Amino acid sequence: MSNYSSTQEKLSRDEMAQKVAADIPSGAFVNLGIGQPTNVSNFLTSEQGVTLHTENGMLGMGPVATGEDIDEDLINAGKIPVTELPGASFFHHADSFAMMRGGHLDVCVLGAFQVSEAGDLANWHTGAEGAIPAVGGAMDLAIGAKQTWVMMSLFTKSGESKLVEALSYPVTGLGCVSRIYTEVAIFELRDSKVFVRSAHGISFEELQSKVPVELTKA
Amino acid sequence: MAPRIASSAADAVAEIKDGSTVLIGGFGNAGQPMELIDALMECGATDLTVVNNNAGQADAGLALLIKERRVKKIICSFPRQSDSWHFDEAYRAGDIELELVPQGNLAERIRAAGAGIGGFFTPTGYGTLLAEGKETRVIDGKGYVLETPINADFALIKALKADTMGNLVYRKTARNFGPIMATAAKQAIVQVDEVVEAGNLDPENVITPGIYVDTVVALGGNK
Repeated sequence: MSNYSSTQEKLSRDEMAQKVAADIPSGAFVNLGIGQPTNVSNFLTSEQGVTLHTENGMLGMGPVATGEDIDEDLINAGKIPVTELPGASFFHHADSFAMMRGGHLDVCVLGAFQVSEAGDLANWHTGAEGAIPAVGGAMDLAIGAKQTWVMMSLFTKSGESKLVEALSYPVTGLGCVSRIYTEVAIFELRDSKVFVRSAHGISFEELQSKVPVELTKA
Repeated sequence: MAPRIASSAADAVAEIKDGSTVLIGGFGNAGQPMELIDALMECGATDLTVVNNNAGQADAGLALLIKERRVKKIICSFPRQSDSWHFDEAYRAGDIELELVPQGNLAERIRAAGAGIGGFFTPTGYGTLLAEGKETRVIDGKGYVLETPINADFALIKALKADTMGNLVYRKTARNFGPIMATAAKQAIVQVDEVVEAGNLDPENVITPGIYVDTVVALGGNK
């Protein structure tokens, strides 16, 4: 039986975040990367009971702090002041990354420059000459969680697919991505295949013509 | 031995000599020992190797040490930020060496140093540019990279409170690198809001046991 579905319109950024949020299992421990993935937290419901991890050393992170709640000792990985929820905990950096590397987090959601059909991820460095490299927690996040999901636009500004046969940008992690959420399609990478779970504002045939890897309807 | 209680930030850092390796705590402003860094600036020590998550921000603290070319090498995970102009300039001029380390490997290398571990195989960075030239191994079908400890001469740390035995408690996400850096340096220098008498911190709540702490200075709170 096919699970493939399609809609007429592309997904907005909020709709992408909504789709990711809906796919997060209830009770999961989750790390949301900086940028688009952060928006996912706005669509998690309290019934889901998801606990957010921030790699600078906290579980049970709450929404961004405003007004009197701003405390410079309580920030997220993007150095933005946040709040703590009941049941929160603090720990040092080595524990925080051990928790990640040790496979204790259920899902990590990241942005990407490119993902290969084998699930290789590039998101830390463009490799451009003269660029100062900075990696932060990108490599730890990529390979640490039980599942790594990517949110990205499927095409570059010049129209090239960011889902590729092999990365041309420097690798962040090998074979780590299992799902990709884009404005025009949601992909699942499993059994050495790239499945299209849904297409948005594009037919499967047109999508296949624009993406240089073999696609299969989920 | 109970730690030395320094009379000022300048007194606390007075033993830091040219060529030292210095771990500096903090992630963003949280847990950054700003007064100790300012004192290090004043004391004149140069040719330093600094370990921090970042490479200084704006026109303060570590950024000024870099601006004044007092840092010959930085080991960090994320040097490039919108306000890291002093690092950017020193790097482009070839005046500072950069050892870029994934954040979790940076933390674990510091932890390993404090725990007497000679090296460890980590999956983070396997197959990437940052593993080039390093020993790798496949264990149970998964690739790993050998990473080595980062030992240091000094650590500069900020905690909330110390007792006279050097036991430390931290505050919220300002804890970050403090506990592991305290273990990895020959001398851990800690700035706190307040030093209390031994017995006034609940032993169940102590995060850094005093055995790791060499010098404490009370600078009062900002709040």
